[in-house]
Parts: sequence; structure tokens; C-alpha cells
Amino acid sequence: MKHIKTVNKPSLQRTVHTGGCGECQASCQSACKTSCTVGNQVCEK
Amino acid sequence: MKVKIHKFQQNGMYILLDINSGAVHVVDQMIYDMMDVFDGTNDEAVTEKFDGRYPREELREALGELHKLIEQQELFAPDIDVPPTFKSEGLVKSMCLMIAHDCNLRCKYCFADTGDFGGGRALMSAEVGKAAIDYIIDHSGNRKHCEVDFFGGEPLMNMPVVKEVTAYVRKREKETGKIFKLTLTTNGMLLTDENIKFLNDNAISLVLSLDGRKDVHDRMRPDMGGHGTYDRVLKNFKKMVDSRGGKNYYLRGTYTAYNPDFTKDVLSMADEGFNILSIEPVVAKDMPYGFTEKDLPHIFDEYDRLTEAYLSRHKEGKGFFFFHFNMDLSNGPCVAKRLSGCGAGHEYYAVAANGDLYPCHQFVGRDKYKLGNVFAGVQNKELPQYFRESHVLNKEKCRDCWARFFCSGGCHANADLFHGDIRQPYELGCEIQKKRLECAIMVQASLALEKEPDIIR
Repeated sequence: MKHIKTVNKPSLQRTVHTGGCGECQASCQSACKTSCTVGNQVCEK
Repeated sequence: MKVKIHKFQQNGMYILLDINSGAVHVVDQMIYDMMDVFDGTNDEAVTEKFDGRYPREELREALGELHKLIEQQELFAPDIDVPPTFKSEGLVKSMCLMIAHDCNLRCKYCFADTGDFGGGRALMSAEVGKAAIDYIIDHSGNRKHCEVDFFGGEPLMNMPVVKEVTAYVRKREKETGKIFKLTLTTNGMLLTDENIKFLNDNAISLVLSLDGRKDVHDRMRPDMGGHGTYDRVLKNFKKMVDSRGGKNYYLRGTYTAYNPDFTKDVLSMADEGFNILSIEPVVAKDMPYGFTEKDLPHIFDEYDRLTEAYLSRHKEGKGFFFFHFNMDLSNGPCVAKRLSGCGAGHEYYAVAANGDLYPCHQFVGRDKYKLGNVFAGVQNKELPQYFRESHVLNKEKCRDCWARFFCSGGCHANADLFHGDIRQPYELGCEIQKKRLECAIMVQASLALEKEPDIIR
């Protein structure tokens, strides 16, 4: 495309049906103890 | 109607985020402007509005590209409701052990009231620590990975119990097939050679507290005698991090109204040789070092500067990880995880030194949030359910926010602190969070374009 560069292959819609395994880390535990930012995480599947 | 897109300019880049798909589009100024009007069904209105400002042919071409995104469900993707994968009850997978309700520093912004959580100084016994490990094993179902954080106060003040609980974890891992990730948060004062060896031998990840520049750190993190601690902890942190090959740690700071130029603190940490960094705003009510709404424009400008510095260090080959800018735009968490958020109160509990269970470390000492204890289990059955259901789609202010699938609805403890209600987010935190997210998305877009400058899919 000339006017738009999509920089990722988004997975949000797909994971409505496939997620929920719960193997990922609790968000706040990883580095910060005051702000939870799930967006920073990676799926562990 | 729920907002479906968010567009913003960050460090000179025009970005269009499709909220319900997570697609990130770097666009030119024409598309950026068109998105004020375009709703997927009104090409004529868009053409009419921008005719004269942009060539007609270009507008036609751009509309074609936007419609292609809609077909791919990467623009105006359908709303997301609570998915079937979001189970009605959570499994407890993480615990924060308040190993010591005591501390050898007197940090001025401490949420734990200098370590005792407002309830007197105390050390956790090995019996409580082991019961917590049994609790998590019994309540984590089929989940293989469990997490335990040794926290305080200062956990190294109760090293015998850290050691005994760690040994117990390793024994129980063999018996149950569970895998525990252990972390420890420390101010660094007691990082002796013996403690360093133990932490390395037992693969315990570390969160190391340093606020950046010496004067900034010393002002807020004095010892019990009021003396600065920067020189002592920096020396220990360097030894600690070097001894584990620069891995499995985070150097984490807090910025306050006393250091609004916190980019310099992040760079100071990097210049001292650390490259896995985090710094966060202090959360404080009516304190001189706390932030208010009037500080926001300056904080936003500072994040712009941090973004610029982050990218420029990266280009110079001197890059570092910054926790809030790390984001996997393609393989991020599933929707169920995004609704679970931090898990406090339903997947993650804190264990006070006496064994009492709370939704998270920040709730320790807030009586109405006491859930039960590690021996008798959760007695307040409604509270975990309330926390589980307090996700972004059930919070009025979050439901329509563009950041709803990134931020998980903010920190419950902060919401309670400012509003007495975990479903009413702490607004200042939200504003800073949203700015950080815009910076993070820009950073990731910039890194992606650097790898593949002509990304066209």
C-alpha cells in the first residue's frame, strides 16, 4: 500500500476463540510492582 | 457506541490503531486527516470534505486502501465481548510473599509505610512460606507454571526463610511436576557475596530498586540514619548483575515530582551499564512529591523525550530494554488474559507475614480486603469473584477507552486508594498509561519499519 504501512500481524480477534490457557505470567510480577500493563506481555503458547 | 480506532501522532509518526484487532497502521498525513470523517460507509463525504486539500486521485486511492483494511478485519474490526475462553473462576498461579514487614531503608514514598504496612514490623516464618507454596500448588489446577515473588519490606532481611522456602519449592516441584519461577525484589543493601551466590544458584530473577541519578535516589531512598544509599546499592547491583551475565533482572525506579526530567534517570541507569530498565510514576495522595493533573503536560513531554532517547540509543548500538516500551504487537496476550489483567484477587494473591491473604501486595493491611489465610484458605468467597469480574468490559470508564485491551483496566489498588472502589480507575494513572502506550506503539512501529522499511501486506 502507498499510504498505509501495517506493522504487525494482529492476533486479538483470533484469540477470542483460542486463548485462555493461563500459562502466561501475572503481569505485575514481571518488573513493576505498581502498574499492570498486560499489553507488554507475550503469549506463552 | 464503543470507540473502534485511536489515532495519534508520536515523535513525528502518524499512527492509526484498530482497537478490536490490535492492528497498528503507520499512515501518511492524508489518511490521518481522513480518519476524522471516514467511518467505512461514507466515501463521498470524505472526498467532499478533503477535495482541494488533497488531490482527488490520491483520496480515491487512499479510500481503496482503507476498504482493503476493513475487508481484512484490520480496521473497524468487530467489538469484542467476554470470550468463552475467559473462565468464570481464576486459577491461583502467582503469589507475592511478604517475607519481611520490615525494611532497612526509609524511602519517602513507600506504600508499605517503611515496610511494616501500618501494622508493626514482622518477619514471615518458614511455616507460613511453605503453606503458601502448598496453597498455590493446590489451587493452580492443571497450570504447570507458577510464580512466587519474595517481597517486603526488604526480603533479604529474612534470608533464612527465603532459603528454606526456596528449598521447599524445589522439592515440591519434583513431587508435583509444577515449575516455579521465583523472583525477589530488593533495595540492594544486603546483597552480600553469600546472598548473591544463593540467588544465582537458585535461578531467582531480581527486581532491583534504583531511582536513577545519585541525587535523585539519595533524596528519596535514605537509610534509617537519613544517609543516601546510592553509592552502596549501585556497587552491589553492579556486582549482582555482572555475576549473572547481565541477565534475569530488572533495574526499577520510581520518579516523583522532584525529578520530572526522569529521562535523565533512565539514561543514568543505562550509562552505569544496566540495560534492562523500568521507571514508573510515584502514586501518592496529597504529598509534595506526588503528581496532580497539572503535571500531565510536562510528564507527556518527558515521555516524548524518553522515546527519542530510547530510539537514538538503539540506533547508536547502545540500546536498552525499557519495560513499558516492550510490546509484542503481533503475539501479545489473548483476550482472556487482557481481561484477567494483573490477576490480583483471583489469580494472584499476596501473603502477609502472618499468613493472611490479600488480593495483592498493595492491599496488605487494608482490612476490608483480607481474603483469608494460607492455612484455612479464602474465607471471603465473594471478593475473588468481584475482582475477576472487575475487568475492562465491566468498568464504565474503561469500556469505551481506546487503551482497554492494553492496560487491563489499571491498578485495582490505586483505584481503591483514590476512589474506594476498584471499578473506578485512578485517572492520573490512566492518562500516564495511555501516553506510555502511545510511545510504546510508536517505538515498536519504528523498530518494525527499520527491519522492513517497505512493509506492505
